[in-house]
Amino acid sequence: MKARPKRYDWADGAALIYVVLAMLFIFLPVGSLILFAFQDGLAPVPPFKGPTLQWFDKVLHNRRLMEALWNSVLVGGLSSLVATFLGFLAAFSLARRNWRFAQGAQLFLMAPITVSYLIIGMGLQITFNLMGIDRSLLAVGIGHVVINLPLCFAIIYSQLGEHQANIERAARDLGANEWQVVTLITAPMLWPTLLAAYFIAFTLSWDEFVIAFLLSRFDVTLPVVIWGLLRSGLSPELNAAGTLVFAISIAIVLAVELLLWRGRKSVVNG
Amino acid sequence: MAEGTKRVSLKGIAKCYGETTALADTDLEIAAGEYVVLLGPSGSGKTTLLSILGGFVEPSSGRVWINGHDVTDLPPARRPTATVFQDYALFPHMLVSANVAFGLAMRRMNKAQRLRKAEEMLELVGLKGFGQRGVHQLSGGQRQRVALARAIAVDPAVLLLDEPLGALDLALRRQMQEELVRLQRQLGATFVHVTHDQEEAMSIADRVVVMKDGRIEDMGPPARVYLKPASLFAARFMGENNLFEGQVVGRANGQTAVDTIVGRLLVEQPAEVGEKVHVALRPEQLRFTAELGAQALGDAQIAEFSFQGTHFRVHCRLAGQELIARVPAEEPPLAGEVLPLYARAGDVVLLRQ
Repeated sequence: MKARPKRYDWADGAALIYVVLAMLFIFLPVGSLILFAFQDGLAPVPPFKGPTLQWFDKVLHNRRLMEALWNSVLVGGLSSLVATFLGFLAAFSLARRNWRFAQGAQLFLMAPITVSYLIIGMGLQITFNLMGIDRSLLAVGIGHVVINLPLCFAIIYSQLGEHQANIERAARDLGANEWQVVTLITAPMLWPTLLAAYFIAFTLSWDEFVIAFLLSRFDVTLPVVIWGLLRSGLSPELNAAGTLVFAISIAIVLAVELLLWRGRKSVVNG
Repeated sequence: MAEGTKRVSLKGIAKCYGETTALADTDLEIAAGEYVVLLGPSGSGKTTLLSILGGFVEPSSGRVWINGHDVTDLPPARRPTATVFQDYALFPHMLVSANVAFGLAMRRMNKAQRLRKAEEMLELVGLKGFGQRGVHQLSGGQRQRVALARAIAVDPAVLLLDEPLGALDLALRRQMQEELVRLQRQLGATFVHVTHDQEEAMSIADRVVVMKDGRIEDMGPPARVYLKPASLFAARFMGENNLFEGQVVGRANGQTAVDTIVGRLLVEQPAEVGEKVHVALRPEQLRFTAELGAQALGDAQIAEFSFQGTHFRVHCRLAGQELIARVPAEEPPLAGEVLPLYARAGDVVLLRQ
């Protein structure tokens, strides 16, 4: 039976207006940030005076910003690597070992997700103080491992189902030892998931301000520098820096989506 | 491959999960080169038994011997077994050839050699030239064959198959059944195959092991288990059967007389007088003509029937009981028709429990 062509009524119109308004609400701030990064003038406020790339040029030649960008890449890259690695090990052991306290351990591992970054940052500050670790990029990196580990664990754990367990069983049956099972079967089989976990952790670290602010001192990450610059007033240069940060996040999110999509595809077919 | 023929011996194997008994004190001997099918409904313990053989499940008690060695405490990798898993469990990130060669790689065979052997194995299962494909480029039937090739590549003395054909459509399943038997003869290995499909069991097994509630109910060649089942459950589970309750009333001339609702039946198996028993007759053993030595069962009224190609499958009522019988395709029955039924003494099976 074919449905009769639907006539649009006022409710559809209202729904459409609602969607447009919601989208505006979500994207207007980002849109204006990006638009005024191209402002040909000194103030990132209307009216828009025509496009220019001079502020991007300025950002790329700002040593402080570029150093901070590099610091962010370093902290994000390494802390995400550690978080993904530890998350994988935790997920693998909790998914595969019939351990009495597995459920409890899982809850415990996930708990930091519910704690605010401010509290985690303060806790780490006190702990590092007691341990004699200075505020530094290393401290920030450790902080980012703390917030990203639960997330990486959850993502990887969700992909370690009974079908995967059977695949590992088959490898063992054919003579693989535990080390070979993990390195030849489990990790390669989960490759898209591991990359996705890594990149999600990276974007969170990349944006993160509170912990980075509380735990760094001389070398700082990009969000901290931008915050510092904001205090001395608005400038299209900051818009340009923000646009770059945003663009890199978006690129990573797209990469994750692509990876997950390919992963799903191979799960469906495989 | 005379070397590949080993034997299996399970002694007093039991498996309990907390309060529930998955497998109760089971003994089973499997001869070299035998094709054994473990048959039973879900929860009958057949998969548990297979997992214990493969080393994936540790028995609560009992010992497993393969090829004269006690392997009870050995992990799967150190047993001369290989398993074909129900969901195939292929390595999704490897090419077909790498999948098949995996067990050989674990045995440190060099790369050229193992890829050559993988290609041979693929040819054996009818997948010549598929080595360079990815696993997700294959159909279900092809994956099944890859799983088979991967398992036989390591020359197992005992190949364990866990409902290997469950996910295939009927035509493909029939074809694979024949190929499994051919492969088993060719390799000379011992195959232990788990299924809940009694037709599959009958068509491929040298010996069927019928299981229920963690126990072996009956085992033997398919024809014997079909024609002379040892238990009521086996009689019901292997093919269709007509069952009558009865009581043993006497023995004479090597025959046992059993009183049932269709009258007194003579059975060849011995039984104690007064014993409550069941007697069973297969649909094809219900006859419509009085042959020499046939016993009359009474008049049956045909209720409904369906055409099956080689015969008509007929539902009829006899002494208030619903029966299934077969009528040759050339003699179409009529609904409501009343026909006398007969059975040979040699066909009637006496069942205890």
